[in-house]
Amino acid sequence: MQLPDLEELLADITAQIAPRITANTALVGIHSGGVWLMQRILHALDKKPETGTLDAAMYRDDYAQRGLKNQPRPADIGFEVDGKHIILIDDIFYTGRTTRAAMNELFDYGRPAKIELAVLINRGGAELPIKPDIIGADIPLAATQALELSQNTQGKLQLKLLAS
Amino acid sequence: MYNPQLDQHKKLKHLLTIEGLPKATLLQILDTAETFIGVNEREVKKVPLLRGKTVCNLFFENSTRTRTTFEIAAKRLSADVLNLNVSTSSQSKGETILDTVNNLIAMHSDMFVVRHNQSGAAHFIAQHVPDHISVINAGDGRHAHPTQGLLDVFTIRRYKPDMHNLRVAIVGDVLHSRVARSEIHALTTLGVPEVRVVAPNTLLPADVHKLGVQVFHDMQAGLKDVDVVMMLRLQNERMSGALLPSAQEYFKTYGLTPEKLALAKPDAIVMHPGPMNRGVEIDSRVADGAQSVILPQVTYGIAIRMAVMALLAGGHNA
Repeated sequence: MQLPDLEELLADITAQIAPRITANTALVGIHSGGVWLMQRILHALDKKPETGTLDAAMYRDDYAQRGLKNQPRPADIGFEVDGKHIILIDDIFYTGRTTRAAMNELFDYGRPAKIELAVLINRGGAELPIKPDIIGADIPLAATQALELSQNTQGKLQLKLLAS
Repeated sequence: MYNPQLDQHKKLKHLLTIEGLPKATLLQILDTAETFIGVNEREVKKVPLLRGKTVCNLFFENSTRTRTTFEIAAKRLSADVLNLNVSTSSQSKGETILDTVNNLIAMHSDMFVVRHNQSGAAHFIAQHVPDHISVINAGDGRHAHPTQGLLDVFTIRRYKPDMHNLRVAIVGDVLHSRVARSEIHALTTLGVPEVRVVAPNTLLPADVHKLGVQVFHDMQAGLKDVDVVMMLRLQNERMSGALLPSAQEYFKTYGLTPEKLALAKPDAIVMHPGPMNRGVEIDSRVADGAQSVILPQVTYGIAIRMAVMALLAGGHNA
C-alpha cells in the first residue's frame, strides 16, 4: 500500500488547525507521536497557542491487563485548563480508547470549555462514540495491520505500515 | 536463582526486599515514581489505576508515618484502603498470621502492605497468598524496608543525578536498621561507587563488609568529602542495653552537627528516614538547615509507593 506523504499530511492538518486557534486555545499532544506532531505544527503556526503533553497510560481501560507498556512520561499541563479550548493531537486514531483516557486525564486538571481532536491518520475501527474533528487522511486498515509513526535521531518523522 | 518477587516474565510480583532485584527493575520503579510527582502536585491528586482494588495495610507493628504514606499512595491511585493494626486486635486474641491473612483474602483484598517486627514475615505471607494478590514489605524486623530504600535513592537521584560519581555515608545504628540494609542494596545496585557506613562497633553487624561498604568508626573521617549523609534513627530502646553509654555521649561522637557536616562536600545533602531524635543523632540546626532534604524524602515516599503499587497492579494477564 502506498502511504501518503507525511509532510503533506502535516501541512494539511496544520492548515485545518490554524483557523480554529483563538487566544483561548491550547494544543495538547499525546505521547509519543502526538507530541512530535504538535511540535511540528506549532513551528508552522503564526499564532503560537499554549501547549501541553499527556501520556494517558494511567487512564487506560486496559491497564490491569497491559500494565505500563512503555515507560510513562510525566504529563505537562502548564496552563489553566478551566474554560480552555483544547485541541488534542494524536498520530493514529483507532479504537478511541486513548482519546477517552486523555480526556479523562485532562478533566483531572480542570473543566475545559471545548475539546477537539486532531489526528494524522484515521484508520477506522472506533469502539467508542468518539471521532476526530481534524483528519490528515482516512486509511481503513484491517485489525491485523498496524500503522506506526516514528522519529529518528535527526527528528525526522516517518510512517510505517506493519502487518502481523 | 528463585526470586519470589518476580513472575516468570521477570515482572515484579511482590516487593519484599531490594536484595537481588535487577537494576532494570529498580530504574523502572524510580522512573515511574517520577511521573507520580506531577500527579501529587495537581489540583486532583488522583489517577484511576487501582480503581476498584482493595489495598490492605496489615500492620503487626505500629508505624504511623509508613502506614499514612502507603494509605495516601493507595488512595491517590483510587484504591480502597483497609487499615489493620493487628498488634491491637485479633493477634492479641491468639489468631495466627495466616488466619488473619485468610480472612482478608476472603474479603477480596487485592494487595497487602505488611509491617512486622519479625524478619521474613512479608515473605511468609507472599508465599501463602493466591496468585492474583501482591505483597509489599513495609518493614520486617531487622531485615528490609524496600520502599524506604527506594525513596532514599530516588531522593538522591533527584538532587545528585550522576549516581556513578557519588560518595554516600550511612551513619548510625546499622545493626538494627532494616532501612540501612535496603539503602545499601539499592545504592550498590544502582552503581554508586562508594558507600560508607559510620558507626561504633557495637552498632555494626559482624559481616557488614560483605555488603560492599567501607567501614568507619570515626565520624570525622567517615564524612570527609561525601556527597550524601544518610542518618539513621537511634532507637531509644537500644540505650537500655550495653550497646551505648548514653544519648549525650552518642550525640557527641556520632550526632550530626553543623561542624561535622562541614567536613562533607559543601553541596552535600542530609537525609533521615524519620522519626528523628533531635539532639541524639541529629542537631536541629542540621535537620532544619539548608542542606536537609528530610521533608522532600517524605514527599517522594508517596510517589515511590504509588509507583510500586502501580507496577504490581498492572499487566499480569499480558
